[in-house]
Formats: sequence, structure tokens, C-alpha cells
Amino acid sequence: MRKMTFAQATLEAMAEEMKKDDKVYVIGEDIARQGGVFGQFKGLSQEFPGRVIDSPISETFIIGGGVGAAMVGARPVVDMHFADFVGVCMDEILNQMAKARYMFGGQTKVPLTMRAPDGMTFGGAAQHSQSLEAFFIHIPGVVVVTPSNPYDAKMVLKASIESDDPVLYFENKILYKEKGEMPELEDEEPYTIGKAKVVRPGKDVTIVSYSIGMKAAKGAAELLAKEGIEAEVIDLITLSPWDRETVFESVKKTHRLCVCHEAVKQGGVGAEIAAVAAEELLMELDAPVLRFGAPFCPIPFAKSLEDMVRITPEKVAEGIKGMF
Amino acid sequence: MPNNAVYTKEFAAKLYETMCTIRKFEECVKHDFLAGEIPGFTHSYIGEEAIATGVCAALRDDDVIESTHRGHGHCVAKGADVNRMMAEIFGKETGLCKGRGGSMHIADFSIGMLGANGVVGGGYNLATGAALAFKNVLKTDQVAVVFFGDGASNRGTFHEAMNAASAWKLPVIFVNEMNCWASTTPYRTTCNVENISDRAAGYHIPGVVVNGQDPFAVYEAAKAAVERARAGEGPTMIECKTYRIEGHFVGDPELYRSKEETMKIFHDTDPLKKFREKMAESMNDLVTSAECDEIDAKVDAKIKAAKEFAMASKQPDASEYMKFVYAD
Repeated sequence: MRKMTFAQATLEAMAEEMKKDDKVYVIGEDIARQGGVFGQFKGLSQEFPGRVIDSPISETFIIGGGVGAAMVGARPVVDMHFADFVGVCMDEILNQMAKARYMFGGQTKVPLTMRAPDGMTFGGAAQHSQSLEAFFIHIPGVVVVTPSNPYDAKMVLKASIESDDPVLYFENKILYKEKGEMPELEDEEPYTIGKAKVVRPGKDVTIVSYSIGMKAAKGAAELLAKEGIEAEVIDLITLSPWDRETVFESVKKTHRLCVCHEAVKQGGVGAEIAAVAAEELLMELDAPVLRFGAPFCPIPFAKSLEDMVRITPEKVAEGIKGMF
Repeated sequence: MPNNAVYTKEFAAKLYETMCTIRKFEECVKHDFLAGEIPGFTHSYIGEEAIATGVCAALRDDDVIESTHRGHGHCVAKGADVNRMMAEIFGKETGLCKGRGGSMHIADFSIGMLGANGVVGGGYNLATGAALAFKNVLKTDQVAVVFFGDGASNRGTFHEAMNAASAWKLPVIFVNEMNCWASTTPYRTTCNVENISDRAAGYHIPGVVVNGQDPFAVYEAAKAAVERARAGEGPTMIECKTYRIEGHFVGDPELYRSKEETMKIFHDTDPLKKFREKMAESMNDLVTSAECDEIDAKVDAKIKAAKEFAMASKQPDASEYMKFVYAD
């Protein structure tokens, strides 16, 4: 087994894809000279001169330009610097990227990957801490992925770049530095977009999460195990389209469902999963669906407040105990 | 100054035919829209025909254009089949976008018409990105053009695209259709710049003003811009002075301006009429008035056939609403 950080894993994915296809290029702020704010592009511009482009601070151009390039046959990877800045170029995502294939009757495809570092970063405060994935699961035409560990980070990024659809790849800023085990290159398995993974089997309750939320989910499962509750933990990985089959199969076994994520709870991904569970699995449930997410406030600056809004293994485990 | 010595009869007649096709296509759409036969919204290019015609005459088939919500003219001029255009506007499966787009999203990728755009100012970045791909990634000498109105020049996307295009000398041409109206608002009430092309200086790129009612003048400006772009010298902004003869959308009650004044402007600047006058007055009857009449008749038949094609076509099968959401 190899070990590498989440950031290194994304870098390995980028290099492999750029080697394989010379139509792949990457554009964004601070990525060529600096190697990315989080070191996630370090050395890439030396390895692929001219194909790692430092853009002006122009989000509508970064994204809209990527859409235009994709429509004429390139395979852009566009970097959003901080996911919080997607508001600047929402039209380029919502009305151009997501709609081009459909409204032009399948005449074009948009093989674009948007990378967006998200999540709380210990004092990032209101405009540099958000998890905005829920905005995008409401938009038909884009795929939304959020890996939670280095191996998935690599394989999901490769699948995103190889996809002929626009893929929004949300990568958590805290996870960048975290090391994880990686199979040897020849043992890697390509990721299929839309597939969730059961990362811990259990029979008593299903915990569905993704990205950094997986820390709380897995941590809660460990705490619960000590009390005799066996939680099955599912890493959703792809949020749109999400893997209903894997979630349904688990809930039919455990009869309890908890969804947790760092993003604001109201209108979050958990709301969608809970609603689908209510529509299609109600008779399977022995307890109401439990959701965890940030309270309905902007992410605060002070540590005492930031800690308050973050989900933790303890909070999730405590909640789940109440389901029994 | 256009000089008939440099133009063939065939070229000039083609310009007239393209303008005439746009005009008659738009007249048909207007008539049918007002009769309630066409769903959605549609925006007429009547009076502005010379711009799309002149610009597209300077492009190769593999060059690409980004159009606007007022996009039928660009689509015709780039060479789209009018039958499939009409079918699209009527929401039929045989339409260019298989009935998924309609007037505001009309597109024909097979000829480099990358789409009308329902978002004002939505095209700049798409065209500039296509130009970046041509130059840096695909390594071709293709050129991208984005059409935009005076209203769209006040979008922030204008600045972001223009700056990037200029910084990297990308092969993209910004064609402004200065039709004096930003939806229902006179351009000068919301902008303190007389010529939008004045702004080109701020990006250190050429900004030229041409008579947008004269397809030859537009063609010559576009040809120079295309040569410059293909030579790697970067973008050009071309401001084409024109006037929006129709309302913002077909059916617009136009409570904000006088119809008499508009009609007087149309009388004085109609590009089809001006073309005939120019042929007679300064181009030695390169295309005669009788020949223009023949073209008119030919185009009448073509548009009539397009309407019949659209009428005979079916709407998309309702069960196929999910088709084209995703490629994979």
C-alpha cells in the first residue's frame, strides 16, 4: 500500500489524465506559479507547460470560458479557488454549463470538471467556509461529486475528467492534508460516477454521509459500537445522481436512517435523502429519519462559535442513540 | 469604402440573399407568433440583417459564433438550414435542437453556430473560452465571434472576457450590434459612452465603428478582424451602428417609444433597400434590381417551404423528456 495525502492524490489524477489526453488543461487562480492555495497543483505546470493556466481573477471567465472550450472539443478542468466564489459565476454554471446539452438537443456535450475547495477551515469565516453542494443537486445537467479520502479523491477526479458531462468536484479543504492508503497503481479500480460505497457494515442503523462528514459518520459508528449499536456507514461520493439503490438496500436491512453533512441542514442533501426515504421507504423505518448539518447561520469566525456549528461524532452518536 | 471592383456578382448576390432570407424568415415568425402559433418568446432581427450577414461572410465554416437572444439572423447567416430552424421555433422534433431549445436557444453546431443565448451577455465567456481552446489546447487557427447588443455591454461578463481575450491575444471577435435599445431602455440613458467601441482602448485592442446597415462595410471590418485573429494578433471589437426596428420581443407593445419615429428610421436605413440603392448608385448595378426581385421570389418560396416543413413535423415524443440531460 502506498500512502499519500488527499492533495497529492488529486495531483496524481491530474497528471495521469493530462498525460493520457492532450485536450485536458486546467485553469484557475494561483495554480501555475503557486501550485494552488492548498498545494493541490504543485509542480503540475512544470510537468505540463502551457496547460496549467493562471487566470485573471475573473470567475465568470474561468467557468464560462471552460464551458466554451468544452463545447468545441477541449476537456477543461476549472478551479474555483474557494467554493464560496461560485456565486460570482452562478449563471455560467446554472444557465450555460448545465443547460447546453439539453437545450441544444444533444448537439454538444460539456466535458468539464469544476474543482471547488469547500468546508470550514478553522477561522475561514462566512465567505471562505461554506459547503454549497446542495445548490447544485437542484440543477439537472450537472453531476456533483464529493470524495472523502485520498484514494477516492484520485479515482473520482479521474472519472470526472473522463466524463462527457460537466462534473462539480467539491474537495474539502481540511481533507487536503490528510493521508490515506492508496493501492498500487495496477490495483486501482476506476470509479463509476453515481456509485456509493458501504465503508462499514452494520445492522442497526444506516448513516449516510460524504466528504468531511464521513469523519463524523465513521466516528459516530465507532462510539455506537462500544454501546452495542452496529451502524452501517455509507459514503455517498456522488451527490447527483445519488445511489438510491445502495442506500435503500441498507435501510431495508437496518430500518433506521441518519444523514449527516457539514453543510447547513435546511435544504441540504440530507433533506433530499430524507424526503426520498419518506416517499419510498416509510414502511421500512422504525424511527423518524435523523438529519445532522450546520445550524441555519453563516459560518462564524470565533473558534467557540465555529466549533458549535460543526457536526461531530459525539453529536451524531448521541442523536442516533435516541432512535432506539 | 466598398468598391465593386473587389466584389464578384456572386458574392454580392449572396449577401443580399442572406439578408433577404433573414428578413422573410423573421416576418414569417412574427406573423405566426402574433397569431399564437409559436410558443415561448421570440426576438426579431428585422433591420439588423446586414450585421450577421457581413460578419459571417468573413468566416470559415469551422469558425464558431456565439449568438444572442435575438439569434435567428446569426443562425441563417452562418448557414443553417431554414427548414430545421423553423421547425425548432415551432418546437418540433425535426428542429435543430429537436424541439428542446426554441427561438432563444437555436443552434447548429454542425456549422459552428454555438447557440443563441437567453442570458444577455452570456456569450462573451463562451466564445473567449472557445478561442482559448483553439489557440492553446486544440492548436487550430479557428476563430470565435461573439455578437452582443448595447445593453449586454453593461454586463460584468463583458469585462472579464474582454480582458482575458486581450491579455492572451485570443482569436475572438466582439461584434457589437448597437441598436440603441437595451430592452425597453434607450442605451444612452444608462451609459455615458457614445461608442461602445471606445471601451476597446481600455483593453488595448482595436475598436472600430462601422455602418451596420451596410453588409459590405461590416464584411470588410470583420475580414480585417478575422485576419488579425488568425495571425495571432488577438481580438478586435467591431461596433455596428444599427437600430432595433421591432420591439424588444415580438408582441412588445412598445409603450416606451414612438412607432412613427421607428418607421421613419427603418425607411431611411433598411439594409435591403439600401443594398439595392447602393448597387444602382455606386456599384454599377453589380446585382440589378431585377435580380434582387428574383432573389426575393426564391426566398419567399424557401420560407414558405420551411413553414410547411415545420407544420408537417411532429412535436418530440413526450416520453423523451429526459433525453439529453446527461451524455454518459
